[in-house]
Amino acid sequence: MNERRSHEIVAGFMPLLDSAILVAAKEKRFAAAEGIDLTLVRETSWANIRDRMAVGHFQVAHMLAPMPIAANLGLTPLAADTIAPIALGLGGNAVTVSNALWIRMAVHGAIADLDPAAAGRALRHVVAERLGATDAQLRFAVVHPFSGHNYELRYWLSACGVEPERDVEIVYVPPPLMADALASGTIDGYCVGEPWNTAATSSSLGRIATIKAALWRSSPEKVLGVAAKWAEREPEALAGLLRALCRSAQWCASRENHRELAEMLGARALIDRPAEWMLHGLSGTLDIGGGEARQADNFFVPFDKAATFPWKSHALWFYSQMVRWGQVAHSAGNASIARETYRPDLYRSALKPLGIALPSANAKVEGALVAPTPVGSAGASLTLGPDGFFDGTLFDPDRLDDYIEAQRR
Amino acid sequence: MPEPDTSLSILIIDENRLRAAVIQDGLRDAGYNRLTVVHDVVGIARRISDISPDVIVIDLENPNRDVLESMFQLSRAVKRPIAMFVDRSDQAAIEAAVDAGVSAYVVDGLKRERVKPILDMAISRFNAFARMSRELEEARSQLESRKLVDRAKGILMKTRGLSEADAYSLLRKTAMNQNRKISEIAESLITAAGLLAPPEDT
Repeated sequence: MNERRSHEIVAGFMPLLDSAILVAAKEKRFAAAEGIDLTLVRETSWANIRDRMAVGHFQVAHMLAPMPIAANLGLTPLAADTIAPIALGLGGNAVTVSNALWIRMAVHGAIADLDPAAAGRALRHVVAERLGATDAQLRFAVVHPFSGHNYELRYWLSACGVEPERDVEIVYVPPPLMADALASGTIDGYCVGEPWNTAATSSSLGRIATIKAALWRSSPEKVLGVAAKWAEREPEALAGLLRALCRSAQWCASRENHRELAEMLGARALIDRPAEWMLHGLSGTLDIGGGEARQADNFFVPFDKAATFPWKSHALWFYSQMVRWGQVAHSAGNASIARETYRPDLYRSALKPLGIALPSANAKVEGALVAPTPVGSAGASLTLGPDGFFDGTLFDPDRLDDYIEAQRR
Repeated sequence: MPEPDTSLSILIIDENRLRAAVIQDGLRDAGYNRLTVVHDVVGIARRISDISPDVIVIDLENPNRDVLESMFQLSRAVKRPIAMFVDRSDQAAIEAAVDAGVSAYVVDGLKRERVKPILDMAISRFNAFARMSRELEEARSQLESRKLVDRAKGILMKTRGLSEADAYSLLRKTAMNQNRKISEIAESLITAAGLLAPPEDT
């Protein structure tokens, strides 16, 4: 060991497929190689992660991508200032519906191709049909109010003509309980990360209707939340951790490592579910239910397409949805808090020595790229896209006010 | 210590029934009698709406904390806004609570002095419960290791023709020489004996 001082970092995480980058950083010793003694603590709720960050038990944590923004906007109890200097991959969620709902959707033209537009159109017909028959409202579950799941589900429903606040009911259920809630008929569908869609489809309890990677292409799901005070005090430790996470992301992306990664994540101390379940999300060969499989190439992207880059346009889109659904009032000040939560500057300065592709811009127009496109970068060449939303609407972070206005109901 | 405000209605949510009872007893002894205990959060929104609690105490292990917090955002389910903890500025109380593994939600605007004794009681009961569980665990493992040592002694007495006292002192000496626990030595010996010897009729 050289003279370098070793840094102790305690990280909280939730047992989900997209904790992969954090878990492999520890297990494959990428953190140790940076002189970091990384301790991972499995948690049972996002509220615990937030609280334990606030009291200093954790310096960093696996977080829902909108969570640090909500914390800095003062929307959650007991939140400390939190920054997001790295994303933990793109995609990874899906919308699963009950078999009964899928049958009705299929009658109205839904086919098993994961296409959000077709599935959404069919769902709109089912909603109208139930309204006519005065059946109970359909009930969908997400895991947290400040989550990609919540905003994606609502975006999808709205874009397909289903009003989330009027036409359906949206409730909250912890991920491991989703499949049971679907089986018992408590809910008709849910949006959640893996392996909790596979949990339902592999037991024939439901069908995957569509996926995050199709709803909002190349979009982040989790980030590393970092206590802002700690980041200021320990810039070297943070930079080392970011490098370790980047190397880990590279390792996680490699197909030949998927079996090992799946075993690692499936282990009892982690997700405690079969490794086979993890492989669906890692390979993109999804078990969509009814004994059918579909290949979704960018289902979960840990490294390529600058998957760990904390785009400010991502932060601002999440913010726009907080405004849209009444969680926060729009103001220039609030928008600025959201923008400053994501820290591409820290990402760039930490990762520069690795010689990997670093985007030249801090934000991009979401939906500008309709195909894989080479973009300006430093370090190595970089291909991004396709990105953006399934309904073709662009999100230009420089025209935030217009976007928010257009979404006002 | 301030006089407890026993008019406050308190909801305790804990899947661990024993711990819930311990907390309930503590609060009742302190004079609080408007107590409701819930072990399962199914249908909790309705319960909260019915009880209209001033204070909610929940354990941190509970995976339903996110669900509970999301309810506070939905004004439909909860009539009054509920914030977390007594006072955000009371960092020491917050740390003590998180360390103890308990979280409390309090109706917005409720004064610190009125709620502090409840949180303090919950924290001390959580800590006491954790200590109790730890002691129980230790007692269990002590019993386990005594059984191991007894079996190892038996093996030595049989295979080496030692007296019980000699068998024990051999185990002890080996443990000291190897700087390991006597129960670890006993366990290795039992494993080795199981591997080397023909099956016994035990």
